[in-house]
Amino acid sequence: MPTPLARRARRRGPRRHTRRDLAVLGVLLGIPILLDLALIWGPTLASIGLSFTTWDGIGDIQWAGGKNYENLFTNYPQFWPAVRHNLLWLAFLGLIATPFGLLLAVLIDRGVRFSRFYQSTLYMPVVLSLAVVGFIAQLILSRDQGALNAVLADKRNPTDWLGDPDLNIWMVLLAACWRHTGYVMILYLAGLKSVDPTLKEAAAIDGANERQTFFRVVLPTLRPVNIIVGVITVIESLRAFDIVYAINKGRNGLELLSVLVTDNIIGEAARIGFGSAIAVVLLLVSLGFIVTYLVQELRGEEKR
Amino acid sequence: MSRRTLLRGAATGAGVLALPSLLAACGGGPSGVTLGSNASDAVPKKAFAEAFKAYEKESKKTVKVNTVNHENFQENINRYLQGTPDDVFMWFAGYRMQYFAQKGLLTEISDLWRGFEGFSEALKKQSTGKDGKQYFVPYYYYPWAVFHRKSVFKDKGYEVPKTFDQYRALAKRMQKDGLVPFAFGDKDGWPAMGTFDYLDLRANGYDFHIALMRGQKSWTSPQVRQVFDLWRGLMPYHQKGANGRTWQEAAQTLQRKRAGMTVLGLPHPGQQFSAADREDLDFFPFPEIDPAHGQDAVEAPIDGFLMSKKAKDVGGAKDLLKFLATPGRRRSTSRATPTTSPSTPAPTPPPTTCSRRKPHGSSRAPNRYRSSWTVTPGRTSPPRS
Repeated sequence: MPTPLARRARRRGPRRHTRRDLAVLGVLLGIPILLDLALIWGPTLASIGLSFTTWDGIGDIQWAGGKNYENLFTNYPQFWPAVRHNLLWLAFLGLIATPFGLLLAVLIDRGVRFSRFYQSTLYMPVVLSLAVVGFIAQLILSRDQGALNAVLADKRNPTDWLGDPDLNIWMVLLAACWRHTGYVMILYLAGLKSVDPTLKEAAAIDGANERQTFFRVVLPTLRPVNIIVGVITVIESLRAFDIVYAINKGRNGLELLSVLVTDNIIGEAARIGFGSAIAVVLLLVSLGFIVTYLVQELRGEEKR
Repeated sequence: MSRRTLLRGAATGAGVLALPSLLAACGGGPSGVTLGSNASDAVPKKAFAEAFKAYEKESKKTVKVNTVNHENFQENINRYLQGTPDDVFMWFAGYRMQYFAQKGLLTEISDLWRGFEGFSEALKKQSTGKDGKQYFVPYYYYPWAVFHRKSVFKDKGYEVPKTFDQYRALAKRMQKDGLVPFAFGDKDGWPAMGTFDYLDLRANGYDFHIALMRGQKSWTSPQVRQVFDLWRGLMPYHQKGANGRTWQEAAQTLQRKRAGMTVLGLPHPGQQFSAADREDLDFFPFPEIDPAHGQDAVEAPIDGFLMSKKAKDVGGAKDLLKFLATPGRRRSTSRATPTTSPSTPAPTPPPTTCSRRKPHGSSRAPNRYRSSWTVTPGRTSPPRS
């Protein structure tokens, strides 16, 4: 499209709105904005507010200042393990599952034999909810009745895969990766399919080997997919909850921030103030990651 | 002390055995009563349905039962009671009831209690709020004990231990015989607490235990340390890998005669047993540690009915509670509920159900109201803080 026209259109844009246009725009924009304020910003700000109070869900709300946070950081044994586990989750999914998914996508994209079969097999776990993955993990890893211990046949001293606090987080991470890898793979496959083959041809003519072609040509063109995968990985690891909850309610070595939030807020003795404080910590951690990530990605986009 | 005497003792202690009294004159209510039920498992659900049917038949009124999954019911109780609760709902005695009474979410039923018969003082105390008024109608409770298989004890010549030393010696002997002395699974987080409570009760006595549960004693006190020392002494005899095992799986090892004993509640272990095997299941009270405290205190969570503050059909709700409180009614429910305990040889067993209910309620709440442990028929220990 010739740019002068576009520029003119942009300049004239606002003036051309009739009253009716404005009404339509107002409704179309207003409703989502109102919904956003009511359903997302409202609860978020309410959580932040409540995190400075003690409230049991019944009756009066009392101001507590920073006491919840003080207790959380100094006096709540589950808190730091939960933070560590969340970060471990992020590192594991980001550094192992995601690159592995990319590798599988590249292999399948190159058309290895039975690639359709691999593709569907690897993707299959993605249709399962993580809670279901948790149940499957229990069938395999349960100490007394699990399939893995049956195969290992160590009757005397079987490994307690899901009960041993030094071990269970890794087992759960493996199960989570099982699903995450397929997810990442399918995203990258879609991205790889859209890479213009002439780019690769040009690279080949310029004498680039396969590795160079991939890292210098293909991967940069996958930038939009990279952003999506990165954000998904961060979100998946910070919101991780269902799998550990299905396994042992997030106890004995499987603590996560999301579990602590639920533990405190749900139940007869709702400690809504304290639970909100944990939720705020989770919010800050996720905002930190997602904002820096997006800012960097968007800046990179502008530079090009 | 045999099982029979324990059962009888527990039952009479709670006063559940009083003779059936005539139903007091029925008060009139507008239409039907709504009832919120947490008895979501098949067996207790059926038993309660029969109780309500009997009421409907007798009073010519209807009871509308809303059954909610047991866990969800507990998780949502707070919002449930503040929203539009049913007229009558199921809940637990003691501290867990007092909290909601204190928050003004329950209707006082002291007037009904004046007409009640057959409840012991202890049960009445458990039904009383901190303001001295009654809010709760006890319906059934079940004691915790040490379970074992009669045939195993007979074959190997084991004897029921009375004291902690005998208990430990027996465990040692079982281990030598190739058995796991204590079947143990704590994946759900609460079954081990039963052992803690008994160790504390026997070593430090009822009063200390209650004070500890109320947060009036320190958890780092020498008495509590002693409990953990005692427990540490027993650890080599416990089944390994408890964190990855549910109590159901632990009970299975007892059922398969691979384990000698297990500490659980009356409705728990028998679920793994076939009908024929159930006859073989027996239990004894947790052994004595300090002669000063003996073996008297028994843990027994109490369940029952309460009336919400927002009840619409007050007359009908009270009428239903009155009916449910009649001893005859309570006993026939216990008959309708096949207990998974060692059959029912005792003349009149305390009402139990074999639900998979957690005696703790919201066992994962890391806070004040975690426990519904009741100690000594009719006395509830309050929360762990």
